[in-house]
Amino acid sequence: MAGLVPSSGKSAAFAPARIWLMLPSWASIGFFLLLPVLLMLVYSFLTKEFRGGVVWEFSLSSYDRFFLDRGLFGDEPPQIEWTYIAIFWRSAWQAGLATILCLIVGFPTAWFIATRPSHTRSLWLFLITIPYWVNLLIRTVSMKFLIRDNGPLNEWLMAIGLIDAPITMINTNFAVQLGLFYSYLPFMVLPIYAAVERYNFALNEAAADLYAPKWRVLWLIVLPVVRPGVIAGCILVFVPSLGAFLAPDLLGGAKNWMIGSLIEDQFKGAAGNWPFGAAVAMVLLSIVLVVLFIYARSHARASEQ
Amino acid sequence: MSNLKRYPGFLPMTIFCLILLYAPLLIVMVYSFNESASITRWGGFSLVWYRDVFFGIEAAKYKAAAWNSLIIAMSAASCATVIATCAALAMLRGGSFTGKSASFALINLPLMVPEIVTAVATLIFFSSIGFQRGLLTILVAHIVFCIPFAYLPIAARLQGIEAHYEQAAMDLYASRWRAFRLVLMPLMMPGIIAGFLLAFIISLDDFIITNFVKGAGIETLPTAIFGAVKQGIKPDIMAISTCMLMVSVLFVTASYFVNRLGNQNN
Amino acid sequence: MTFGRLTTTVAALTFCAGGALAEGKLSIYHWFEYIPQELLDRFSEETGIEVTMDTYDSNEAMLASLKGGTLGSYDVAVPGDYMVQIMRDEGMLDTIAEGELINKANIEEQWLNVDFDPGRMHSIPYQWGSTSFAVNREVYAEDIDTTDMIFNPPDALKGKINVLDTQGELLALASLHLGIPQCSADREQLKKLSETVNAAKAHWASFNSDGAKDVLVSGDAAVGMIWNGFGAKARVEGAPIEYAYPKEGYVVWMDNVVLLKDAPNRDNAIKFMDFLLEPENIAEVSNFAQYTAGVKGVTPLLTDDLKSSPEQNPPASAPAGTFVKVCDQETQALYDAIWTRLKK
Repeated sequence: MAGLVPSSGKSAAFAPARIWLMLPSWASIGFFLLLPVLLMLVYSFLTKEFRGGVVWEFSLSSYDRFFLDRGLFGDEPPQIEWTYIAIFWRSAWQAGLATILCLIVGFPTAWFIATRPSHTRSLWLFLITIPYWVNLLIRTVSMKFLIRDNGPLNEWLMAIGLIDAPITMINTNFAVQLGLFYSYLPFMVLPIYAAVERYNFALNEAAADLYAPKWRVLWLIVLPVVRPGVIAGCILVFVPSLGAFLAPDLLGGAKNWMIGSLIEDQFKGAAGNWPFGAAVAMVLLSIVLVVLFIYARSHARASEQ
Repeated sequence: MSNLKRYPGFLPMTIFCLILLYAPLLIVMVYSFNESASITRWGGFSLVWYRDVFFGIEAAKYKAAAWNSLIIAMSAASCATVIATCAALAMLRGGSFTGKSASFALINLPLMVPEIVTAVATLIFFSSIGFQRGLLTILVAHIVFCIPFAYLPIAARLQGIEAHYEQAAMDLYASRWRAFRLVLMPLMMPGIIAGFLLAFIISLDDFIITNFVKGAGIETLPTAIFGAVKQGIKPDIMAISTCMLMVSVLFVTASYFVNRLGNQNN
Repeated sequence: MTFGRLTTTVAALTFCAGGALAEGKLSIYHWFEYIPQELLDRFSEETGIEVTMDTYDSNEAMLASLKGGTLGSYDVAVPGDYMVQIMRDEGMLDTIAEGELINKANIEEQWLNVDFDPGRMHSIPYQWGSTSFAVNREVYAEDIDTTDMIFNPPDALKGKINVLDTQGELLALASLHLGIPQCSADREQLKKLSETVNAAKAHWASFNSDGAKDVLVSGDAAVGMIWNGFGAKARVEGAPIEYAYPKEGYVVWMDNVVLLKDAPNRDNAIKFMDFLLEPENIAEVSNFAQYTAGVKGVTPLLTDDLKSSPEQNPPASAPAGTFVKVCDQETQALYDAIWTRLKK
């Protein structure tokens, strides 16, 4: 996402045509994404029809249901509804943990690759990129197959005598975590790699001349310089993890729902409550935009310094 | 110097990272050649599940799904590449104009909005304008989220090209279109191809958005696989997965060589 | 790659997508893993009609999808009894005119004048069966003919239970367990129902309909709420299970092929319904899915395995099954609330 904001154009050769050149992207994204998101906001304030479907009637009931519990018959004094907050909380810590784990494994990997001599470096990079290009669904299914009760991992652990009976991993929070971590690990490695590759190692030399211990050099000198890459990696892992659907659905079963599963059930499942689904999606989008806003602010502040 | 770059434990971590990334994929590949129908016991090497996928009772279904996936990815990537190329020209060669940063944010909007939110919004949009869901709705949704993926490599490439190329051409009274067509575009080609390939694979990869906006009776490979997996992982799914894996590897290899070619030309 | 070629590709594609509503098609919305692909292929061969099929995993999911805008893109669907009535009341079904179905006389007498579709104006019988649960006998060897297995499980089975993700059947089974009527408006009874299922949920491992067979075969679950035919398939695939006919009662159902409103290929839908009223065709579904057809002359065409399967032949001691009832809107809203609280 740390994309190419063109600060000053090198050339304005195409300036007279720029309106026409921008028009296709304005039109397609504006009409088919921006407008739909606004429409989704409207939908979250509509009323669900009894058997499914939507009535164009203003109502706060979706947000009311999200935040307040009024009992089975709807006539008890409202209390805070913890169910959906809990699902959001689970999603947040799962995504956060996945980000931290990806960072712990991804940073050394990125560093290692970036410091290879240039002819082997591209090979290492190639090895990391392949899984990134493999279909996410297939990777998640592979993980599901690997860790199921009678799956290869359990069989193998039993064969080498480490365990006596299969460990249940599937349909647990652990499985979801593994799935998220596994899905988005390449997203962490690539931006950090890009940052480390540009890093000027003369700084390390200078530090070594002053007898600074290596790990302190990493912490105090390298990390602040490559921080934009690290933060970009964290966002690229955290944001998709937060709204993930495949990992919780295929690996977590119905008891470890994350936000993605909750939303999907409202539209594709039996719940059939579009306004509520739109409201949940709206809450998710707001959280993501806040995270991105904080990122953009810190990015701007960092480049000012 | 090189000693300063080396940290103990970083190599094992890299190896661990690679094992983790590859182990599940390799195991699925191995088991796709398993003769036994019981998916965890090894019954000898066999191609029986591949025969099942290509000639079995459900072959027609998977063929149609693969065909849909391919058509959509091809068209979505083509459209997104054209749109992104135009946008890159405007952003990098169009001088400064009001709404430039807003335009940049808009191009990147599909990256910022979580996929599931895009899926929901698109579904609501098509349903409220009464547009019948089908192949076309999938295509439109795919074009939109492919644009930023095509834009990144194209813009990166264009930024590296000095402006005096097209200026020289236009000094010689080439029209803007001819300057682009004959001078700038050939130089941008590695970026355009990389953008196309990235958009293509992103479209091929998508499950969530497709699942929301697809019409009756229309499946792409990911939605067909997902439907089958819901009823349990069967060996034929592993065979399909292995095939798709191979296609992905082919694509990475292709884009790798395109990149190298582009770098050599520079 | 020139831009000219790109635009040609796109133009060609748009054209293809636009022409998707061609003649000679049939769009089916069906339960998953129910109809053999061979039968659909044979229908295509005999009639030249190209068949596409989407699947769902519960009556409620089908209703939600159709209500969400897919009505008008499918020709036929296969709802269960109570869902036929709901869809009829919602005006989602087209009427089959008298004489339109050539094979209507093949329908068995007892399935002709049914409560949910008197005179079969919108539907034909497809298959009928029961819903209770199957227990892995290697894990649990004692008496299983009680709904306690699901709603008040013994310690040995706690945490190893899979239930179907189907509101109508699960809440009906729970009502039978408690001995309260369906569509009750009594607040105490509804509270009890809600508490019972929520307490039982603590012992359930998963809500899974598509995987209901797979979890029993793979051993991921030791008890699985399941349809009798699907349970039979799990047993044939190697699960050491026994299907229970609990003393408190169990759910029976009939799935029906309905003609949907605004069907894009109405004529072909009628042809398909006639095709499924031929004994040899519908028998193929029974042999595949292990349920019972509602068409005359099917019995001699069934496999011996099916005729003698324990899932098909309840013991003499078993009580009669109960159909899921359709409640009025006010009451249904309460049951919807119970379900939502259970699922959340």
